[in-house]
Amino acid sequence: MKVRIKFRKYGALKFIGHLDVMRFFQKAMRRAEIPIAFTGGYSPHMIMSFANPLGIGLTSDGEYFDIELKEPISSEAAVRQLNQVMVEGIEVLSFRQIAEEKKMTGMAIVAAADYRTTLVKGEFPENWLDRAKEFIAQPEIRIMKQTKRSEKEVDIKPMIYQFRPVEENGGQITFYMQVASGSVENLKPGLVMEALCGYMGINPEEVSFACHRLEMYADTGVDGTRQLVSLENLGTEIPQTPEKGTQCTQMSGTETEMEPA
Amino acid sequence: MTDRSAKKVNTHAGWKDSLLTSERPSEFAEYTESERNHMRKLALSDEILLSIEKPARYIGNEFNSVMKDKDKVEVRFAMAFPDVYEIGMSHLGIQILYDMFNRREDVWCERVYSPWVDLDKVMREQKIPLFALESQEAVRAFDFLGITIQYEMCYTNILQLLDLSQIPMYAKNRTWEDPIVIGGGPCTYNPEPLAEFFDIFYIGEGEKVYDELLDLYKSSRAKGVSREEFLLKAANIEGLYVPMFYEPKYHEDGTLKSFGPVREGVPSTIKKQIVKDVTNAVYPEAPVVPFIKATQDRVVLEIQRGCIRGCRFCQAGMLYRPTRERDVETLKEYAKTMLKNTGHEEISLSSLSSSDYSQLKELVDFLIKEFKGEGINISLPSLRIDAFSLDVMSQVQDIRKSSLTFAPEAGSQRLRDVINKGLTEEIILEGAGQAFEGGWSKVKLYFMLGLPTETEEDMKDIARLADKIARRYYEIPKEERHGKCQITASSSFFVPKPFTPFQWASMYTCEEYIRRACIVKHEFQEQLNRKSLKYNWHEADVTVLEGVFARGDRRVGKVIEEAYRLGCLYDAWTETFHNEPWMEAFANTGVDIEFYTTRKRELDELLPWDFIDIGVSKNFLKREWERAMEGTVTPNCRVQCSGCGAAQFGGGVCYEGKN
Repeated sequence: MKVRIKFRKYGALKFIGHLDVMRFFQKAMRRAEIPIAFTGGYSPHMIMSFANPLGIGLTSDGEYFDIELKEPISSEAAVRQLNQVMVEGIEVLSFRQIAEEKKMTGMAIVAAADYRTTLVKGEFPENWLDRAKEFIAQPEIRIMKQTKRSEKEVDIKPMIYQFRPVEENGGQITFYMQVASGSVENLKPGLVMEALCGYMGINPEEVSFACHRLEMYADTGVDGTRQLVSLENLGTEIPQTPEKGTQCTQMSGTETEMEPA
Repeated sequence: MTDRSAKKVNTHAGWKDSLLTSERPSEFAEYTESERNHMRKLALSDEILLSIEKPARYIGNEFNSVMKDKDKVEVRFAMAFPDVYEIGMSHLGIQILYDMFNRREDVWCERVYSPWVDLDKVMREQKIPLFALESQEAVRAFDFLGITIQYEMCYTNILQLLDLSQIPMYAKNRTWEDPIVIGGGPCTYNPEPLAEFFDIFYIGEGEKVYDELLDLYKSSRAKGVSREEFLLKAANIEGLYVPMFYEPKYHEDGTLKSFGPVREGVPSTIKKQIVKDVTNAVYPEAPVVPFIKATQDRVVLEIQRGCIRGCRFCQAGMLYRPTRERDVETLKEYAKTMLKNTGHEEISLSSLSSSDYSQLKELVDFLIKEFKGEGINISLPSLRIDAFSLDVMSQVQDIRKSSLTFAPEAGSQRLRDVINKGLTEEIILEGAGQAFEGGWSKVKLYFMLGLPTETEEDMKDIARLADKIARRYYEIPKEERHGKCQITASSSFFVPKPFTPFQWASMYTCEEYIRRACIVKHEFQEQLNRKSLKYNWHEADVTVLEGVFARGDRRVGKVIEEAYRLGCLYDAWTETFHNEPWMEAFANTGVDIEFYTTRKRELDELLPWDFIDIGVSKNFLKREWERAMEGTVTPNCRVQCSGCGAAQFGGGVCYEGKN
């Protein structure tokens, strides 16, 4: 059975890199006694795949990884057991069964992500809100993008699906955005901020932003039309196992049917 | 929304999913109210943490780390390891003490590690005081700063800890505004080089008299006594050495004339503290699990303390006498509990010589049966290579990838008898032969150069022994073996340590060490199987410094201080060690290196550490030194008691089978 786990990462945990978060969850799975499946071979390892790693310094309300279970466990029990072995700064939000097809797991399906960025250091001009609206209204947003070998100019506008500048909590300069994410196209919110600073004539060295991922989506649309569904909503809650001691090897619809009405 | 792409996307049903469609974005406030109130404030700003390597070293918050309400504890203890986080977090001793202190409701013990050179620079520039990981509060405000001292090359890092904490470097300049600075660990068996920087040294195993010290501290503070008065009382707790109450006097030739208390009512000898019953001693059943990969990223089971072997160069083998085993049933329980509490995917046994643990087979069989199926790796260091260990290793490791390790320490049988290393060429070739037939093809060999009485033949025998092992490999028919074998020999230079039979041995100069390594290197090139052999050697300049501090007296403290002022830090790390400033420090302070290294010490010389009683008598060490010079071996503790004196502790191997 394949399962998708959603978690959030906040506070000091933003300084823990992706690989270490993976290590953390490998150990947490054992502590929580989640019946996770292992690969075969001489040195078996947990079947676990993470979607779109979050960079150091970012927090998130929408992080995901998929695992394989060797026996079922209810969503409610799994979330409870996992949260008993978490640390401050990391919380499991959901634990849902997902489709078995290989192409539906992990990194492969991520198509977009929502972010919130907040100005935490430096100044924006008085008219920043109007300027930001003008910025996003441009037909093209061309920036220089560093690749492994060279630098090239790209238009990031098609990768920005939504962009909303707002002033929050008494003057906090904040941007909400939805951008292309994943293995096909990927736009980092920091790059959007850099482009915005460039547009407004602000030296990017003099400002810094706190960046928070809100959600990640898969694109379920056909024929090239985008239809975004959060990764969480591609899964379904696993109900409680009927009774302790009841023989059950398969967790499926047939079992509920066998229950006395 | 005016932008085109957004408008296009907006028409899709998928947008119902998007959080961005909500009109009130504050719904996704990052923290809930209660989190905001309870979340720890980090000592370092985000800007600093994002600009340095591995910020996870400094944020604490690891699973199983202990948080307490600081207003509800009476004693705050900062436990420091003077090296980087990944090294310090791997140390079992600190984990034991951390657990032991935190079991007391009135004490909160937190951890401190050396900031790496990148953060060190920032902290100095911005005058940020050193902080403990759990509370993120300044170390200077703590009641105690405990520092474990594991190797000589961390001495400048000790000064860094004091300096960054803004605690006066010299004990005599401290007031109640500063914590009590207390040192422990193997290097404190000769504490003199560090004497002036510490208020107290704890000589022995930490499980023993800390409770007494903490209670004395509490009552002293409640009564409002002076710091000095408190230290005077502490000096009367067995095993505690308060250096400011002792003074050395020297002969004209620089050797020690006398050493003793300068205050009335402090003992003239400090007695090592040991736990008689290790099975019932506290053990950390829920150790802290680091976010980043520490050197020791696994559950560690300490199966026994001490070693029955009596190798004459080995300090641990003398310090931790008598050998004491932990009950195997208790260890099985610890294994289960600790794996559950940490989630580690590996478990390792810890001891000086695992093969000498009497219940090893029982324990290893249990670990394999219980955990192998759950994907838990089992690691068994310090095993003697024989049929049993090869069988176990073939069950727990991938033979093709793993290598066998032998530590003959010396190339010739003559020299192995001098050092009392009971490993013979026959045993090595027999073990290697069995292993090769079992599919192994990689062997690691460890040697020491510069051992007492070493001749050129002894050095060359290192290469010859390596070649004999390779020859044994090529005796296997070609079609049955897996390509070439790889024999890697490494040598370090011998450093005489206090409380060993070799504490009187002379060292060599840096040039002489390099000359010896070159002889070995050259001999390797003469061997038949040279293409299957590899030889590495350890730096010689570090060896000389280690030698000075291992057997140094109070006068070498100023060299450490001067080297620190000249920028020396992380001297245990090849990439950060610089010999020139050290040489400058010796020159600036007028301390003669050779007095501590190459000089011949007489058996009746008063040694700087003679005031410490480790339970093993100086007469035994002398006897062993003389037997070494004759090349006579001494049997291990289980074969025959040699009357070293450790039986006075009333436990362990000395009383096995005598109940």
